[in-house]
Amino acid sequence: MTVLANTAPPDTAADQPAFGNATGLVCRECGADYSLGAAYSCIECFGPLEVAYDLTGITREAITAGPQSLWRYAPLLPVAPYAGSEPNLHPGMTKLVRADNLADALGMTAPLWVKDDSGNPTHSFKDRVVAVAQSAARRLGLSTIACASTGNLANAVAAAAARAGMGSVVVIPANLEAGKVITTATYGGTLLAVRGNYDDVNRLCSELIGDPITQTWGFVNVNLRPYYAEGSKTLGYEVAEQLGWRTPGQVVIPVASGSLLTKVDKAWRELTSLGLIPEGDYRVFGAQADGCSPVARAFADGIDVIRPVKPDTIAKSLAIGNPADGPYALDAVRRTGGAVGSVSDPEIVSAIRLLARTEGIFAETAGGVTLATFQRLLESGQAARDSETVLLNTGDGLKTLDAVADVVGPTAVIDASVSQVHEALATP
Amino acid sequence: MAVTVRIPTILRTYTGDAAEVALVEPGDTLGSALAALEAAAPGITPRILDDEGNLRRFVNVYVNDEDVRFLDGLATPLADGASIAVIPAVAGG
Repeated sequence: MTVLANTAPPDTAADQPAFGNATGLVCRECGADYSLGAAYSCIECFGPLEVAYDLTGITREAITAGPQSLWRYAPLLPVAPYAGSEPNLHPGMTKLVRADNLADALGMTAPLWVKDDSGNPTHSFKDRVVAVAQSAARRLGLSTIACASTGNLANAVAAAAARAGMGSVVVIPANLEAGKVITTATYGGTLLAVRGNYDDVNRLCSELIGDPITQTWGFVNVNLRPYYAEGSKTLGYEVAEQLGWRTPGQVVIPVASGSLLTKVDKAWRELTSLGLIPEGDYRVFGAQADGCSPVARAFADGIDVIRPVKPDTIAKSLAIGNPADGPYALDAVRRTGGAVGSVSDPEIVSAIRLLARTEGIFAETAGGVTLATFQRLLESGQAARDSETVLLNTGDGLKTLDAVADVVGPTAVIDASVSQVHEALATP
Repeated sequence: MAVTVRIPTILRTYTGDAAEVALVEPGDTLGSALAALEAAAPGITPRILDDEGNLRRFVNVYVNDEDVRFLDGLATPLADGASIAVIPAVAGG
């Protein structure tokens, strides 16, 4: 049994590096260096800032001896060594499910796996990024965590703040799925529903940076973004560890901002360069909904400029029309010989049902996008049936019930009568 | 004709910490307004435009709350009283 206790940092905390092995922030575009702080955008070129590390002496043994959560990878994250002992939701180490039934349905001849991140505390992979951002907020003396969210992040921020006794300010588009709004509001904190789409919300939060009202706030996906984004690497670390310290041949990742895809790729490159996994040829595939597919379009057009779109899809957690990490996602996909595809809303719904029927995993719409895109990529020959594949399911279908509510229901509505059961089950 | 330009925190070193700059002679387009902004706050426009004079990849510019990539980019026309906002791109989630 795992006991998740909230404990104070150890007395030795003051002697330990506040950000672990992280050494600074560096601009991905122009390489300008910055010190570790609440910064996210290069003052020279507006390029995104990324955490730089000095990683040495990290072993498989030390990792596997660590806690059954993402904190086992703390030396690979911009967190203090004691971060996992501070109040947090202890996300990570979700199941890697062998999906033989789904593999049969797809005609796969190689193993197929689903990394099921709906098993996180608030039922999406966002608990990972928030855990790392929350740690950074503490180190930077910020008492409130905030975010712009398409819903899953809203849940993760509100819950993590509640557990840690911090304040939270969550900003969402007003038209989100009811499940995500209700759960966020139940965790408490401030919840602002904006009349507009996610890109409007994102813009509002960017504009709030520097406003006096936000002085003690850390926007996890704005000014704490370099730390936050690193949390996504833990999905990649776990997949490699759970496969026995190696990468699969193919991985399919839903694309909203493009950050998750780039960080899973980064995780595997880090593990390779540290000698923790053998050099492996893996291919990275990205998945989008037709109603918001700027990265898939750029891939198809063979260009590296992402043209923003106005999202219109049931996959609201992927509805980012102006994905800032899109160019980097394209780089990773092209470098590894993968592809980015997109699928229609009906295909998303069919895929949600297929995954549920074959493997007992009820994915949210983003998971439907991932599986449906993989089906498309198999049909087009861009992905291979004879290559071991991992599909990332990033969220829980219970949050997006509306997606399937109109196409599923009881087999029959009957009285409490044996004969009516026979009638209902009789083959017509 | 006058327009206002909202300046992001990281560029306020060029505007004496001002969050907003009013331009009285901005010209007819976003491009001419950015040239006028450069005259008002020297050094700021090369942070927004790349060496070829295009908008940098990680900066979003809005005219009256619409992303100019959905309009005509730097050729987007400006009416009197238009509001321009320059905002660093951040990925979401």
